[in-house]
Amino acid sequence: MQSELSIVWIYPDLLSTYGDQGNVLVLEQRARARGIRTRTIHVRSSDPVPQQGDVYLIGGGEDRPQILGAERLRRDGGLHAAIQRGAAMLAVCAGYQIMGTVFGGEEGQPVPGLGLLDISSGRGERRAVGELAAEVDPALGLPTLTGFENHMGVTRLGAGVRPLSRTIVGTGNGDGTEGCYAGRVIGTYLHGPALARNPALADLLLSWVTGPLPPIDDSWYQALRDERLQTVLPG
Amino acid sequence: MSQLPMRAQLASALGRTAATLSRATGRGDGSVIGGRVGLMLEPDLLRKLAADRKLVLVSATNGKTTTTRLITSALQELGDVATNAFGANMPAGHVSALASNKAAPYGVLEVDEKYLPEVLDTTEAGVVCLMNLSRDQMDRAAEIWLLAQKWRRALAGRPTHVIANCDDPLVTWGASTAARVTWVAAGQRWREDSWCCPECGGPLDRAGFGHGGQGLTAAQLADTRWACRECSFRRPEPDWVLDGEYVTDPRGQHWRLDIQLPGQANRANAAVALAVAETLGLDPGRALPRLRTVTSVAGRYTTVERDGRSLRLLLAKNPAGWLEAFDVADPALPIILSVNAQGPDGRDTSWLWDVDYRILRGRPVLVTGERRRDLALRLAVAEVPFQLCDSFERAVAALAPGKIDVIANYTAFQQIRAEFGRAV
Repeated sequence: MQSELSIVWIYPDLLSTYGDQGNVLVLEQRARARGIRTRTIHVRSSDPVPQQGDVYLIGGGEDRPQILGAERLRRDGGLHAAIQRGAAMLAVCAGYQIMGTVFGGEEGQPVPGLGLLDISSGRGERRAVGELAAEVDPALGLPTLTGFENHMGVTRLGAGVRPLSRTIVGTGNGDGTEGCYAGRVIGTYLHGPALARNPALADLLLSWVTGPLPPIDDSWYQALRDERLQTVLPG
Repeated sequence: MSQLPMRAQLASALGRTAATLSRATGRGDGSVIGGRVGLMLEPDLLRKLAADRKLVLVSATNGKTTTTRLITSALQELGDVATNAFGANMPAGHVSALASNKAAPYGVLEVDEKYLPEVLDTTEAGVVCLMNLSRDQMDRAAEIWLLAQKWRRALAGRPTHVIANCDDPLVTWGASTAARVTWVAAGQRWREDSWCCPECGGPLDRAGFGHGGQGLTAAQLADTRWACRECSFRRPEPDWVLDGEYVTDPRGQHWRLDIQLPGQANRANAAVALAVAETLGLDPGRALPRLRTVTSVAGRYTTVERDGRSLRLLLAKNPAGWLEAFDVADPALPIILSVNAQGPDGRDTSWLWDVDYRILRGRPVLVTGERRRDLALRLAVAEVPFQLCDSFERAVAALAPGKIDVIANYTAFQQIRAEFGRAV
């Protein structure tokens, strides 16, 4: 990080179907609350992906924009360079699948991904729509994951990644796990503003760039988390 | 219209009875149950009821109910009009609307975007009016590009005359297979769903990218041109142009709208209604006075009174709708926001993050509804001060007597209407 933290939002013109902007806004707000200046770059799919960003975000989208997005990112190469450099990244839903080696296209045909996460995705039998709750990998030391999923994907995790969490409610990857991570790259099916429901995940991404962060007032985040978890968790 | 075969007549009569029962027992306004009963007894009922009428279908993500009402009001200048005024916009509602007014020579039907191909196929409507497409209730709705593609297929090879908003690239694409299109430059405030060419996926060149759902500047808003950088798809030359308060018709004549419904979105709806009216032989000089008589539509824009407080009710169901509602809301007034996430609203509240609420800074903001905590966090992150209230009543009571704006999404809006006895 230089004098300000740069947040790179990849392809909001293609992949920001539902509230993905929320992840950008939450990162900005949580950095700001600690006196860290931020700069957000909206990278349109016709423009090159900058390689020197600090935190990269890629969001959800439907089949056609997902395929277009993957093609353009493969051709561009900027994201590969950034990740190799050690940038932090959150990839959501369609963007999560793109990060793998392969994902399912409109008719379920395999479409090559970016190969930045050791995962492969295909189409499931039915759409997973609804609230999700999951216990995060203890190695990350984060509280229960909460959010909303809306996808038909099934994702198989390879040896090069670790599951982000184990589902309590919801579908996630389809094998009892939800999301994955490797190095400083996190992928999740929790679409839209996953970071609004999981501020600790936002802080993890930020702290990979800035180092340890002091606590801030989390009361509105916590009120929403409590309500949602109370609604969906059994018993 | 009285020539319905016996079976269809019976189906239609039983449907009306069911509707009356539904209203009498307080279960609803009857427009859906009546149509369902009718369709069950005579699946071809809609086709038969639509035959021999001049029929207009109205579809869009936002503004369907209002535009249906505006067109209906205009066409009443020409004769009786059958319409689904209560927003029951699927085939059962259409059957009910047409059956309740079998003699009307005109029909104006609001049609759910997904049902448009089916309803067009069944009714063979002569005029279709298409205004806008944007993200809406993604947990159950189809992708809007797929919707537009279905519109294209449904319109191809038909004699239907389409009236479409050419400032919305996706609507333009969806309408452009029709044999005959009248293009209306009606504006587009929400542009977050149209940065890519619907034809080839290339970038669309137009004003305002990177605003992430924020309000565009006046200059950006006025600049409605768009063109694909990679293929030949671009905005068609408009036949009608809306510019602020004025509409220019195809002959170059300017008309001051001066309608009572507030906001630029309603001026767009009115511009489209004028173009539809002209298609059916009614010129703007006769249509406009009719449009000016409309003051509220199914409770939207109505002002209700309680304990010295005048509450103006605005409905906003999706990010584009919230931008339109902000355009109408008065910055000098306090505002109550109410958000639910029941089935009709979409159970996912992610869309809150697509709306830029910063425009509300500086006015008293009260937050209520079943998902008020989602909205509270959204406002906190946007640094918009607010007060959280357990109920709508408490929000009203927390404010001093005077004028108040209220924006609510679908079921939240209906709950508020119900509190006032649906008298609005």
